[in-house]
Amino acid sequence: MAFWTIAGMTFREAARKKILWTALIAGLGFFVVFGFGLHYQMADFARGSIPPFLQYQIVSGMLMIGLYTVDLLAVVMTILTSVDTISGEIDSGRIQAIATKPIARWQVLLGKWTGFIGMLAIYIALMFSGTIAEAHWIGGVVPQNPVTGALLVFLECVLALTVTFMFGTWFSTLTNGVIVLGLHGLAFLGGWLEQMSGFVEGSRLVTLGIVSSLVMPSEAIWRRAAFEMESPLAGSLQFSPFADISVPSVAMIGYAGVFMIGALAVAIYHFHKRDL
Amino acid sequence: MERPLDHSDHFAIQTQNLRKVFKNKVAVGNLSLSVRRGEIFGFLGPNGAGKSTSIKMLLGLVKPSGGEAYVLNVPASNVEIRRKIGFLPEDFRFYHWLTAAELLALHGRLSGVPAATLRERVPAYIDLVGLTPHRDKRLQAFSKGMLQRIGLAQALIHEPELIFLDEPTSGLDPMGRRLVRDIIRSQRERGATVFLNSHILSEIEITCDEVVFIRDGEVVTSRDLRTTRAEEIRVVIRARKLTPEAIAGLAPWTTSAVLEDELLTLATPTQDVLPDILRHLVAAGADVYQFTPQKLSLEDLFMKIMGEDRGL
Repeated sequence: MAFWTIAGMTFREAARKKILWTALIAGLGFFVVFGFGLHYQMADFARGSIPPFLQYQIVSGMLMIGLYTVDLLAVVMTILTSVDTISGEIDSGRIQAIATKPIARWQVLLGKWTGFIGMLAIYIALMFSGTIAEAHWIGGVVPQNPVTGALLVFLECVLALTVTFMFGTWFSTLTNGVIVLGLHGLAFLGGWLEQMSGFVEGSRLVTLGIVSSLVMPSEAIWRRAAFEMESPLAGSLQFSPFADISVPSVAMIGYAGVFMIGALAVAIYHFHKRDL
Repeated sequence: MERPLDHSDHFAIQTQNLRKVFKNKVAVGNLSLSVRRGEIFGFLGPNGAGKSTSIKMLLGLVKPSGGEAYVLNVPASNVEIRRKIGFLPEDFRFYHWLTAAELLALHGRLSGVPAATLRERVPAYIDLVGLTPHRDKRLQAFSKGMLQRIGLAQALIHEPELIFLDEPTSGLDPMGRRLVRDIIRSQRERGATVFLNSHILSEIEITCDEVVFIRDGEVVTSRDLRTTRAEEIRVVIRARKLTPEAIAGLAPWTTSAVLEDELLTLATPTQDVLPDILRHLVAAGADVYQFTPQKLSLEDLFMKIMGEDRGL
């Protein structure tokens, strides 16, 4: 009961503070730009002599870039909206009025976590379906396995959320934000270095990418999502930004899941133990 | 020898050798106190005496480094007992996007009050703290005094048996202070215990039944204000022909005697000795022009007990 009250309050907080609406307005801006991009591309195709088969691959590539933008927006929004939740409430003392209620601390933390997950689920569902619908209506393309892709992006955001919560039980808001964005940046760099390894046989960049993914597996989840969604032909083209050169394995996704659960357990444990 | 903890229903709070050390800093040294049920209890001490940390340990916000703490007869770490505990933090802040009515409903739900009961209680408690015209305003539009009032209402909405109020009148105007004082007394009449931490000693003096003075996280002394108020007398005497022998002869009745020019200031533990003092001075040959007994205020008592300001 109290758990759901806290989850609902966290969800309402996002709506009242206009975070969700601001993110959705930013999403609408993205739809406008993406829609115009697709429209102009299709208009250019109509005037040129590019074969339909190649046109499809190019527009599919545009869809993947659009979905990658959605992924980045979702992860950054996740971190920015949740970074103040635990650490800021501890710093300001707001948590005291909640933590002195007849609610176990794990319920407080999990309630807030669940509230954010609800918000993320809505955001990702809206942004993914909007992007795919636009690409379908304007460009006539659809991704492979869109539900799997969306679920993987959702997992990536939940992972970022959980890591933000975990560090929020230790550090101040600013430090927490720097740490989590830094870790995501590391994962981002590692993922792209791994992608670049495809040009040379046995490149050590693969090892560097895997190590980065083990430290923070967020970007690895996106690359698996891209593999699931991209058309098989575009994926096999080495020059595609999301070519399946070094695709994270299912085991890596499993590792990301375990990593997330571990981070949540640490967050609950430390929030329970610490002084407020 | 230490007194064992009394697990009868007589006490709302009991601590024994309660201690909190943050890294190398001792915040609460060795706190042993007992608060009887149904009384308004004042918790006094200079800045840095460990008052806030002690309250946080009693509320389960801070884990003790040692000792024992019981509230309403169960360990202070017990989560369920908090249904019967209300708390107003020193600087009450909450989600500024909530309205006053939403805030009370939320805290009521979190404290386990049924929704049907809350529908009646929320407007009643908003009215109690004088915020009815502002019930649908968001907290971001509230002044510090209004936040204190709604913070007090959230501490009471579930009608707790034990209420911790940390500086409840800070930020309030005189009317607000009066209102809070009346509410605290009404809580005692309802049978609740109120644990009051305030720097405004005049408020404590007219509100509390008992006070303890703490320093370095230890109880220095306590006073039952219901009986002590009539005692602790200071007497200002203007007299001539006061000899050192006459002043020395006052020792059996006084705890201090200071002579400046013609003014002799005495402190006595009880007013019953005043006629003896006057008779002694006259018999010793002094010409007494003024003999004015004054009650020793809580502030005087505080200064006397705590001594010099240590700049904390």
